[in-house]
Amino acid sequence: MKPFPFEVFRVGPVVFTDVMVVSLVIGVLLVVGGRIALSIPRARAVLEIAYDALEQAICGMTSADVAPLVPLILTQWLFIGVSNLVGVVPGLQSPTRDLSMAAALAAVAFLAGHVLAARRRGIAYLKQYLEPSPFLLPFNIIGEVSRTIALALRLFGNMLSGALVGAIFVLLAGLLVPVPLMLLSVLTAVVQAYIFGVLTLVFAASSLESASRPRTLARTGRKAP
Amino acid sequence: MNATDWISIVSIVTAGFTIAVGSLGPALGEGRAVSTALEAISRQPDSASTITRTLFVGLAMIESTAIYCLVIALILLFANPLLR
Repeated sequence: MKPFPFEVFRVGPVVFTDVMVVSLVIGVLLVVGGRIALSIPRARAVLEIAYDALEQAICGMTSADVAPLVPLILTQWLFIGVSNLVGVVPGLQSPTRDLSMAAALAAVAFLAGHVLAARRRGIAYLKQYLEPSPFLLPFNIIGEVSRTIALALRLFGNMLSGALVGAIFVLLAGLLVPVPLMLLSVLTAVVQAYIFGVLTLVFAASSLESASRPRTLARTGRKAP
Repeated sequence: MNATDWISIVSIVTAGFTIAVGSLGPALGEGRAVSTALEAISRQPDSASTITRTLFVGLAMIESTAIYCLVIALILLFANPLLR
């Protein structure tokens, strides 16, 4: 049981951790498995139905037009879900228990929101940071940075604490004692993957919405529905 | 008692207080969130799925601060950088 990332092999000065190896293997398996599934007609039909249902669910979550984000959100759900669940298997550890991994995923989420808003509205989307008042610019920036960091820390904290507590139970109590904890880890894994995707969507959509929806608060005293 | 002993003592006590105090706030917040969500569902059973989804997202965000405290406590106990 190794709750902290450990070295698998070394090429000169570069250390390859288990996180890198396992996440790469997961990525390759998902891509190859997807290609194989798409070439079987029955599996392809099931996948297309699932994609339609999930795309509708994602687009229904916000009022903004987030169709370009659907592949990203689905990839995040799938990849983070599988990465988290790998940690429940005895002998394997989830790659998302590494802060670097979670930070990389959060960085992608951060960039996705900005790239989408920049593509839609041009560079003028940056005006939303001056929105309620230009004095609030530092606070808007701090808020944006802190919610991205919180995105990474949430995923990292949940996964690492699960792995650590499991290792401690095995160390202190015995081999079968962590089983209820592992059941909880399965639930946590799926929920955290879902939360990551949904929060990415909500943050990206919020910068879209404030970029395109006019504010009526000043004129009528009531927010637009 | 040398410096290492002091660091160990303070780390252990701090870890205990961190997780004890740090789980109070999120627990109270989550209780209020769930009770308000239940009231909302009882008022509008048709939007139960939307309310449930929003509830889970909100619960995960509230849980984050408790997780931060847990991570600090675990790092202090098992991966203390000052004791290496």
